[in-house]
Amino acid sequence: MSPIQEIIQKVSASHGTERESLLPILQAIYAKNHILTEEDMIEVARELDISAAHVYGTATFYSFLETQQSGKYIIRLCRTITCMMHGKNIILQELERLLKIKPGQTTPDGIFTLTETNCLGQCHKGPAMLVNDTPHTDLTPESIREIIDKYRREALQ
Amino acid sequence: MSSQVTLKIDSISVSVKQGTSLLDAARSINIKIPTLCHHEDLCVAGNCRVCMVEQKGSDRLLPACAIPASDGMEIHTNSMKVRNARKQILELLVSEHRAECTTCYKSGNCELQELSHEYILGENAFINLIPFKEYTIDYYSPSIIKDDSKCIRCQRCVRTCDQLQNIGALTVSKKGSEMKISTFFEKPIYQVVCTNCGQCVNRCPTGALTEKNYVEEVWSAINDEKKYVVVQTAPAVRIALGEALGIDPGEIVTGKMVTALRRLGFNSVLDTDFTADLTIIEEGHELLQRLKKVLKDKDKNVRLPMTTSCSPGWIKFIEHIFPDFLPNLSSAKSPQQMFGALAKTFFANKIGVDPASMVSVSVMPCTAKKFEANRPEMYSSGYQDVDYVLTTRELALMIKQAGIDFKSLADDNYDSIMGESSGAAVIFGATGGVMEAALRTVYEVVTGREVPFEGLNITPVRGMEGVREATLKIDKALPEWDFLEGVEVKTCVAHGLANAKRVMESVRDGSSNYHFIEIMACPGGCLGGGGQPIPTSPEIRNARSSAIYREDTLKTIRKSHENPEVVKVYKEFLGEPLGHESHRLLHTHYTPRERY
Amino acid sequence: MTKNLKRLDLIFKNEGDSEAILGKTLARSNEELISDLIASGLKGRGGAGFPTGLKWRLAADDKADEKFIICNADEGEPGTFKDREILTSVPHKVLAGMAVCARIINCRQGFIYLRQEYTYLVPHLNNAIEEFHQLMKKFEVDFQVEIFMGSGAYICGEETALFESMEGKRGEPRNKPPYPTNFGYKGKPTVINNVETLAHTYSIFKYGPEKFRDLGVKDSRGSKVFSVSGDTPIPGIYELEFGMTLQKFVDDFGDGDAKAVQVGGAAGFCVPRKRFEKTIIGYQGKLTGVSLPTGGSMMIFNSSRSMYNVLHNYLDFFVEESCGQCTPCRVGTQQLLMGIQAVKRGERPSTYLDKLLGLAEVMRVTAKCGLGQSVANSFSSIVENFKEEMIY
Ligand SMILES: Cc1cc2nc3c(=O)[nH]c(=O)nc-3n(C[C@H](O)[C@H](O)[C@H](O)COP(=O)(O)O)c2cc1C
Ligand code: SF4
Ligand code: FES
Repeated sequence: MSPIQEIIQKVSASHGTERESLLPILQAIYAKNHILTEEDMIEVARELDISAAHVYGTATFYSFLETQQSGKYIIRLCRTITCMMHGKNIILQELERLLKIKPGQTTPDGIFTLTETNCLGQCHKGPAMLVNDTPHTDLTPESIREIIDKYRREALQ
Repeated sequence: MSSQVTLKIDSISVSVKQGTSLLDAARSINIKIPTLCHHEDLCVAGNCRVCMVEQKGSDRLLPACAIPASDGMEIHTNSMKVRNARKQILELLVSEHRAECTTCYKSGNCELQELSHEYILGENAFINLIPFKEYTIDYYSPSIIKDDSKCIRCQRCVRTCDQLQNIGALTVSKKGSEMKISTFFEKPIYQVVCTNCGQCVNRCPTGALTEKNYVEEVWSAINDEKKYVVVQTAPAVRIALGEALGIDPGEIVTGKMVTALRRLGFNSVLDTDFTADLTIIEEGHELLQRLKKVLKDKDKNVRLPMTTSCSPGWIKFIEHIFPDFLPNLSSAKSPQQMFGALAKTFFANKIGVDPASMVSVSVMPCTAKKFEANRPEMYSSGYQDVDYVLTTRELALMIKQAGIDFKSLADDNYDSIMGESSGAAVIFGATGGVMEAALRTVYEVVTGREVPFEGLNITPVRGMEGVREATLKIDKALPEWDFLEGVEVKTCVAHGLANAKRVMESVRDGSSNYHFIEIMACPGGCLGGGGQPIPTSPEIRNARSSAIYREDTLKTIRKSHENPEVVKVYKEFLGEPLGHESHRLLHTHYTPRERY
Repeated sequence: MTKNLKRLDLIFKNEGDSEAILGKTLARSNEELISDLIASGLKGRGGAGFPTGLKWRLAADDKADEKFIICNADEGEPGTFKDREILTSVPHKVLAGMAVCARIINCRQGFIYLRQEYTYLVPHLNNAIEEFHQLMKKFEVDFQVEIFMGSGAYICGEETALFESMEGKRGEPRNKPPYPTNFGYKGKPTVINNVETLAHTYSIFKYGPEKFRDLGVKDSRGSKVFSVSGDTPIPGIYELEFGMTLQKFVDDFGDGDAKAVQVGGAAGFCVPRKRFEKTIIGYQGKLTGVSLPTGGSMMIFNSSRSMYNVLHNYLDFFVEESCGQCTPCRVGTQQLLMGIQAVKRGERPSTYLDKLLGLAEVMRVTAKCGLGQSVANSFSSIVENFKEEMIY
């Protein structure tokens, strides 16, 4: 069994092989690989007995599921108004400077992907961002440096 | 719950069955509400929002297609508010649409264009979004062109592919401003599971999905002195062509069509119906041979049920979705391809034309035939057997270009040979027709008597039910076929690939035990083909179907094996059914394809 | 600054008696409980403001053998974060509300649809669910709750889009009717409630409907959890009584220089300073000047802020988060955005704003779901009140 099939088996063991388990399966694959490939989707389509096009159509609807390879850590910086008002752009500049990439890009070492996202529900503590699942709030250029440092060290371990 | 509700539409009181949409309620009193995403063959989408109407006492407008009529409603379909909303919605659609009507293939048959005209859209009401968008035009399929810049996202095509065909080659991808109609990973259509049936093309309200047309190629061939151009016309073209030329649905225009084709300059005007009869002979004998091998010789290598093979959409479908059932497919080619193979061999020889200089054109109700003609399997004459496939719609365009007043044309007859046909061939155009034609011949071969149905009309296999079953008991079989004595031949007819899939699944899981299955990819059979005039609706399909069965009863010859030209071809050229020449020219085999 | 608004503590107070309360509640009859809910005047806190008691009754009346209760924790409205806080501090109240609803409507399976941005809450919530399941066992109630994760799509907060999403499809809102209480998740009768709504039902069952009803005004009863952000010295979550004027709110929470408050998130209304006094916070009705289309987000802008930028930001959001299926919303949002840009750059005359206001109005009356219908709220209220900022 391929690693993808294993993930599918695992999720469908608890969610079933009906179409209802499509999102959990895609989420599990994405969480592991930070990409959904053609082959993954074909595998999923086969397992759930639905059209591959619909797997693709569904996956591309959701902003947290992507068909491009993202880095080990996906940074999602909130761009909604209140975070904007509290200095999101300065944080973005600092991130771009530190990582030497623009939003939508991944560092050449494959560690970080930088994106902007809509409201994270942390508006009272903006600017805010998610690194994978973890929220980081009240960001300042200083705290950003520490956070990035921490993840970089983690990745290199 | 089947009670009536009474409401007022534009002050007219109307009573309809509970559950009727406002749209249909209005139609019942001849009030037309404009629609774009709505299509009678498909489930309600309610996403274009041009069908908005006003309900007294309600601030928001209602989509007439999606809201059921209820008691006491007071609906206004033409208030200021309604017209303003519709107009702005059309303006929005146009702002997202590459509205280059003069150069658009669909111009004149575009629902967006028609409504834009009705609502007198001004120029540049909103900002033209097209320059800011990336869009692709996929020209790579031999059958279908998909132009995203013409798409209004009504999702009719997606619903067609899902609900009627159960294929899901098309999907909606992304969201918001980027939402679009896609294939798997935006691949070109020819690389995905598409069967080329063209049902989506037939339902596209704009020019986003069109057939790939070969009009110029055909004109060039006609105008090339060195070429000898033969044309064949499929059974379902003659009962629909008129619709594209100002004639009501249900009228048979065979004679006019023949005249028109001559006027266009085709050198020989011949009939696919002829090879439809031939198909019945070959396929019928194949069925008998299979029955013999299975029932008498107990040959484990021969498969039943046998399925028909004339619908190229169905062939591509089985290759993708049921490749394990390819051995069940009759090896007989479709009438179009039998014709092509004979045209450049038998016919060329007969009229003394070098097949290398012959151009073989077919007029089909079908877009999948374009793909079929391009298959590598279809070169048995030594050349591409059929060079160009035109849809009914393309032929109508050529007739218009030629300045022919179709309605006033006199009738004419097909050339001979390969122009004669039986009623059995005519009904190929309707779902159940191949089955009926085959049974008329097979029963007679086996028993020496006509099928035991009044006027040869095997009504149990007719109709528009998605899947139909019929059993025919063999009684007093001739000695050669004694193993069939008393056997109840179980047949099944399905049209629309969603129904085909259900049938094949029942075969796979053993819950059915048919001997012979007829499958047509398109709803209604070829008469509802993807290449037929637009619109095609349940009502129009019924009209075309009646025309077909009418034509059958008008024919003096009703059975394929009695077609004198068919008899002649066997005598002069082919020898016997399933014989050596038949195998070389009239039979083929197909190859499995990926499911995804 | 005088703090004149009473801070309430019904939702977040944790007295450790939830087991007893749940036991007591489950011992009462369905009819009594529904009557209490209706008497309390509780309306949904997720946006549409549908009376909760009525919703439960409708689902209870449907005799289907499979039904669902779903807690809507998709909380995607910009400026809203109270559901996250409720799920963090008092998840047991939400679960208890679900259990009571399940008993009333006769359903065995519940879901919490949690936005992916809140994935970090999953372990915490699973602990709470684990405890809750023990409790259910103890009360011999056959009811399970599962978390279903969203994947980053604001529209999935819309109830029918949420069902589609749970069914493994694109989150495209459905036509209504049929309504969720008859035809919801998997086509079965489904009660879908906001996190906060469910937490309120717990308070109502605990304290009785009167205490809830005594709070608030006319058709807006009880307390409401507000998410306060923007130009305020004290951003955060506050439980306040319904019915205050916006002026009072700004006096408490503003930085002294508030020029506008966006009530109800990007889908809500922008109220300019001159209307603070006249605007009452509550559901739309005779008494109130402004509706509360979403879950109580209050974004305060002071005079240093460009309302053009604010609107631009909202429109960016809608252009991206529209599901894209219906024309007025998919194309309309793009036209509004490009339109204000064109006016700002002088490519279109300032009168083009009137055309856009007309478009927004058409979107309001023709869009398929609440998203497209509510774009007009912020668009029109910002453009009408801050026209100069749009042009210059
Ligand atoms: C675009 C859109 C987004 C919505 N997002 C949410 C949401 O995040 N959370 C929520 O509870 N309700 C949301 N709703 C409202 C839901 O559709 C639904 O009305 C609500 O969950 C019902 O719960 P209630 O009666 O408890 O308010 C949204 C509605 C729309 C139109
Ligand atoms: S209003 Fe917008 S979000 Fe709602 S259905 Fe229409 S396109 Fe989708
Ligand atoms: S026809 Fe009713 S919304 Fe499209």
